[in-house]
Amino acid sequence: MSLSGQQSVADSFSQLVEDGEKEFNLRDGSRIAVVGGGPAGSFFSYFLLNMAEAIDLDLTVDIFEPRSFKYCGPAGCNHCGGIVSESLVQILAAEGIVLPRSVVQRGVESYVVHMDVGDVAIESPVHEQRIAALYRGNGPRDGCDTDLESFDDFLQGMVREKGGNVVRKLITGVEFRDGRPFLDFADGEGEAYDLVTVAAGVNSKFISLLDNLPGDYEPPKTTRGYICEFHSSKEEILRILGRSVHVFLLSIPRFEFAAIIPKGEFATVVMVGEDLDQELVHAFLNDPVVRRTFPTDKVPCVCSCSPLINLGARKRPYGDRIVMIGDSGITRLYKDGIGASFRTGKAAATTALFHGVSGKDFEQHYWPTCKRIVNDNRVGKVMFATNAIMKNSRLTRKAMLRMSQNEQDSAGAKPHMSSLLWNMFTGSAPYVDMFRGTMHPGFIYNLLKSVTLSLLPESDSAPVKKKAV
Amino acid sequence: MVRGALGKVYKDGEEIIRQGKPGESMYVVQGGRVEVLQHSKKGREQHLAYLEAGDFFGEMAVFEKEVRSATVRAAGEARVLKVDKKTLLTRLREDPLLAVNLLKTMSHRIRELDREVSHHKKVRL
Ligand SMILES: Cc1cc2nc3c(=O)[nH]c(=O)nc-3n(C[C@H](O)[C@H](O)[C@H](O)COP(=O)(O)OP(=O)(O)OC[C@H]3O[C@@H](n4cnc5c(N)ncnc54)[C@H](O)[C@@H]3O)c2cc1C
Repeated sequence: MSLSGQQSVADSFSQLVEDGEKEFNLRDGSRIAVVGGGPAGSFFSYFLLNMAEAIDLDLTVDIFEPRSFKYCGPAGCNHCGGIVSESLVQILAAEGIVLPRSVVQRGVESYVVHMDVGDVAIESPVHEQRIAALYRGNGPRDGCDTDLESFDDFLQGMVREKGGNVVRKLITGVEFRDGRPFLDFADGEGEAYDLVTVAAGVNSKFISLLDNLPGDYEPPKTTRGYICEFHSSKEEILRILGRSVHVFLLSIPRFEFAAIIPKGEFATVVMVGEDLDQELVHAFLNDPVVRRTFPTDKVPCVCSCSPLINLGARKRPYGDRIVMIGDSGITRLYKDGIGASFRTGKAAATTALFHGVSGKDFEQHYWPTCKRIVNDNRVGKVMFATNAIMKNSRLTRKAMLRMSQNEQDSAGAKPHMSSLLWNMFTGSAPYVDMFRGTMHPGFIYNLLKSVTLSLLPESDSAPVKKKAV
Repeated sequence: MVRGALGKVYKDGEEIIRQGKPGESMYVVQGGRVEVLQHSKKGREQHLAYLEAGDFFGEMAVFEKEVRSATVRAAGEARVLKVDKKTLLTRLREDPLLAVNLLKTMSHRIRELDREVSHHKKVRL
């Protein structure tokens, strides 16, 4: 073969590769559908449009969301505790996104950990309100008169400002036609897109529709959580709960995590755990430690639900021209689901825009972000298992209380236990960072010392110090 | 007008960072206004800029181990959120594009500085 012949083979090969690449690249006029306008869908769309604008690419982004987040009660709500983690608040700020006062129901500066052996208030390490307590919809049933704004609606507003189209339609089907994803709308119509981003959460039938697609889209494992909104006056909620989130380390069988979050004239009770049922909810609400903190028998619960929570990752949250983000794809174990929606949403948008929308592109550039979350969740499981052992023994509960109280009371003390509890409850740090913290010699020494002191008979009668909140 | 709800409220004139002091965090204005100023060797204050909701300052300390190059204080009541160096750097490792937002502002500041320098040169000529 002549040299020129060789060149032409090489040329046509690279042309082929280039064409293949081009086939999966977004270009002017490309159409992207986002199924679900919760945080994941909105973050994805916002960043995609924002970055496309920066490189002068003209995209059409349709977000399909049948719900209006302007409604109060279940119709406008995406069922969640509504805590935006410390890390996400900081990153949003660095991205130039300011959470407005109307959206943030309460800025949180401290957590109070309640146990049968006593309570301890753990202050934010920087003494600033860097955690937001908010509503995903327009507040609970009965809450329509309050002047609050929904977080999900706020995010959708950002997308609209960037030129995204929010379409109030339910998606009822997805299939591939001529290599392109085609969406069926509930009104009988449908359309083809260059990319479909699935951000439908886990509380949707849409998730099971993905089973019919070619590819291994095994759905994530789920369990049920519990949320209840207690209604009183703003002053009363403030008087009882202060400005802190209240969390519980209780030895009720099967109990894993619960929090009471003050939000204006409401207090949100949130419970999550792998084995949650009505009996456990009842046991929790009637536990003397909980009753001592918040009179669940005297204040009416005006809105409650048992939404599904994502417990495990999808094995392959992508394929050619399709990608799953947020709860529909991968999220953090029990914590910071909104933060995971942000991370996966932005990573998917970056991949689609700068690398392409093939399964290979998502595998190379989107999956690493997911994998980091998956690996961290593994460590998280170990942390939760250890926590379960610790909270089930009165001795270790006393030791944890003693250690964190000492740290909170003495200004110069290194906050080993306080940081662990703060991060564990607020979801602010990766589980792997928390685990590293527990390996610190100072942590181990102080924990052993606290266990030993808690063994002494007089420590049983030692007064439990409660820090003012 | 205070717009955001998070971070910490600083009273009118209260210092947030001080020129010459070490620091590790970046700050983002959430509401109200802050003033950036520099102290000359003779102790005279020079106003550099006002920053408002969404604007950030102190970012240089995240990237280099230098003392603060300016003083920033609240101009009226202001709400400011602290962003930890570790949080920012960890996030930048996963998402280098976050730097684009920071770079945009930093390059804008360099442009402003250039303009200022050439203006001073012209005046001296
Ligand atoms: C009890 C409980 C408490 C929690 N507390 C917190 C917390 O305090 N902080 C935190 O960060 N995370 C929390 N989470 C997790 C958090 O709620 C989720 O991680 C987060 O909502 C995921 O966002 P998403 O956008 O992926 O999905 P979702 O918020 O579920 O949004 C999915 C959207 O898709 C829409 N949709 C569904 N099907 C279709 C369809 N066929 N067509 C069109 N649209 C569709 C839905 O209407 C919905 O708006 C909690 C979860 C539970 C269950």
